Amino acid sequence: MTQSDREIRQAGVRRTIWRSVAALVGMFAFAFALVPLYDVFCRVTGINGAVDTTAQSIVHEEVDESRMVTVQFITRNGSGLPWRMEVETRQVRMHPGQTTEVHFTFSNQSGGESWGRAVPGVSPATATRHVRKVSCFCFEEQKLQAGERLELPLVFQLARDLPPEVNTVTLVYTLYPVEGKSEPLQTAGAQNKEGEEA
Amino acid sequence: MAPKVPPQPTLEQSTSAVDAGHGHHHAHEAPPKGIMRWLLTTNHKEIGSMYLIFSLIMFFIGGIFALVVRLELFQPGLQFVNPEFFNQMTTMHGLIMVFAAVMPAFTGLANWMIPLQIGAPDMALPRLNNFSFWLLPVAFGLLLSTLLMPGGGPNFGWTFYAPLSTTYAPPSTTFFILSLHIAGISSILGAINIIATILNMRAPGMRMMDMPLFVWTWLITSFLLIAVMPVLAGVITMMLMDINFGTSFFNAAGGGDPVLFQHLFWFFGHPEVYIMILPAFGIVSAIIPAFARKRLFGYASMVYATAAIAILSFMVWGHHMFVVGMPLAGQLFFMYATMLIAVPTGVKVFNWVATLFRGSISFEPPMLFALAFVVLFTIGGFSGLMLAIAPADFQYHDTYFVVAHFHYVLVPGAVFAIMAGVYYWLPKWTGHYPNVRLAQWHFWLSVIGVNLTFFPMHFSGLAGMPRRIPDYALQFADFNFVSSLGAFLFGFSQLLFVAVIILCVRGGKKAPAQAWGEFADDLEWSVPSPAPLHTFETPPTFQRPAH
Repeated sequence: MTQSDREIRQAGVRRTIWRSVAALVGMFAFAFALVPLYDVFCRVTGINGAVDTTAQSIVHEEVDESRMVTVQFITRNGSGLPWRMEVETRQVRMHPGQTTEVHFTFSNQSGGESWGRAVPGVSPATATRHVRKVSCFCFEEQKLQAGERLELPLVFQLARDLPPEVNTVTLVYTLYPVEGKSEPLQTAGAQNKEGEEA
Repeated sequence: MAPKVPPQPTLEQSTSAVDAGHGHHHAHEAPPKGIMRWLLTTNHKEIGSMYLIFSLIMFFIGGIFALVVRLELFQPGLQFVNPEFFNQMTTMHGLIMVFAAVMPAFTGLANWMIPLQIGAPDMALPRLNNFSFWLLPVAFGLLLSTLLMPGGGPNFGWTFYAPLSTTYAPPSTTFFILSLHIAGISSILGAINIIATILNMRAPGMRMMDMPLFVWTWLITSFLLIAVMPVLAGVITMMLMDINFGTSFFNAAGGGDPVLFQHLFWFFGHPEVYIMILPAFGIVSAIIPAFARKRLFGYASMVYATAAIAILSFMVWGHHMFVVGMPLAGQLFFMYATMLIAVPTGVKVFNWVATLFRGSISFEPPMLFALAFVVLFTIGGFSGLMLAIAPADFQYHDTYFVVAHFHYVLVPGAVFAIMAGVYYWLPKWTGHYPNVRLAQWHFWLSVIGVNLTFFPMHFSGLAGMPRRIPDYALQFADFNFVSSLGAFLFGFSQLLFVAVIILCVRGGKKAPAQAWGEFADDLEWSVPSPAPLHTFETPPTFQRPAH
């Protein structure tokens, strides 16, 4: 093997290494890029029951009285928050296009004030994009004093273009603690007022 | 049991195993003596031997963990270990077998054989090669040491799903993450080295389509490693941050999503299972022609099928997650994409059978293992097809049917192929043929043991027995009884494998350079047996065999 052959081989090895390292760095970055991409993908498609957590305005469309849809509410407690969350009615029957208000009660059963947040989910996933929330406690974090009880509304519509095979929509709310929260951004009371205005 | 493995035994045994492999040194400067020789070696043959011995030790440690699991499952009820320790055993068995036994065994074979098969003097990056080996004892010493830490070792299954591995994980999880990072770096460096070697170091005249299939399959495996090991590194980094730095990648309370973990994990995890089987295809594609005394049927289609499997492996991760609540369109896509993999795999099985057809077959030890591979791997492939059917998977998910499936593709699949490769290349490594009678005993006890262990799991799984649970309902007692007996038979018969290797290193029937006849004629068979420490210092002229 001549000297020049060896140099060509060396250059080839070096080129292979740089390309491999570039691919490695790219794939590592890709793994992290998947986190926001996944989020965007789920929101755009409504897969995973990930709903828009910003308020939408009421659309005054004609109520489709030929169709009845059952909407069920499930409330769950995630670990680490000594709160109870209840809903006034577990199930409502409504027409697509109709605006409905349901009240949820939060009560802090511990001896100290704490912050919590209800994380929403929708099932089946195909209905996610057709649930239009006008006002929801789930848009904001709440603060409850020791032993405080708070009633908050959920105002929502089912859009008229809800897929015809969907007869039941389930809204799930899971309570999670908001950790390391000392500076209150907005009190739960103010949030409540906003809800009433809407 | 004392699971912590100091690197010491590796060194001692590797000395004895390899010394016989190179009695005469060339005019190179004398290598350092004692332990430093093994710490500093850059020789691909010595590093390959260290990889193989490390993998064998880990195979036994992972095997002991499996036997603890089978011992507990021998009867219904809790007898020997508590459920917490049982969970650590299932987890560590999986992690050790995947990352410390199967993967390093293939890397060891690659180190030994790829330079010999392409006529290169060594790997392209010899010092990096040394580094990537020595990372492994560090990584798995650390991993095994977590068993002795307060709170115990990892107990969340080898798939370490969040939040089991984050919110509810034992405190040792940070060490688990570190050890997996180190093992991942080792695999990545090994893969870069192999790619650089194959692409740049081939003997003059050897085109890509002239390379032996073991080289081809390892090239494609290396690309898979480079593509997915960084994703694994990313996932465990996110776990690390969730556990220690208060981020919420996988924590719903903070806006994260545990299902994202599963997507990321299986985006790594599915190509990972092909990382563990593609080199096995390469080994079997070398052995079957050698002992059927025919050229391999369909060389080019083998290469294309391997590449097709590798590409498809990136598009099927969702079949591990049919029950997460995936939309119908997603289930259909992953179901059909998964079934599509059966096509290139079928091409391979067809080619092996066509090679055997009208061959002049003899049943030497490597051939026994290769034939068992073809049959039993195909059984594992069929149960994989059953699992691919999304509606049926709702029933099979997380049952012993899944355990039966992946053990069929990994034990009589990957592990048998490794053993076949070891029996096939032992004459080249040691200069002696393995003891045929002992090897036959090893083969038959292994085949019987494997099938006794894993075949009944199909039935207990279809009947609904869940995996990873230390106790079970009474109706599963008979199946588990048989599985446990088979597991102990398989486990203890591996001692015969060690005996064969040690005897073969010490002596035995002398092997010529071309030890397995004229149809085993890749370049490695043109160097003397045992292969001297330095080979192909002047590149050989590659002559294309008449296909």
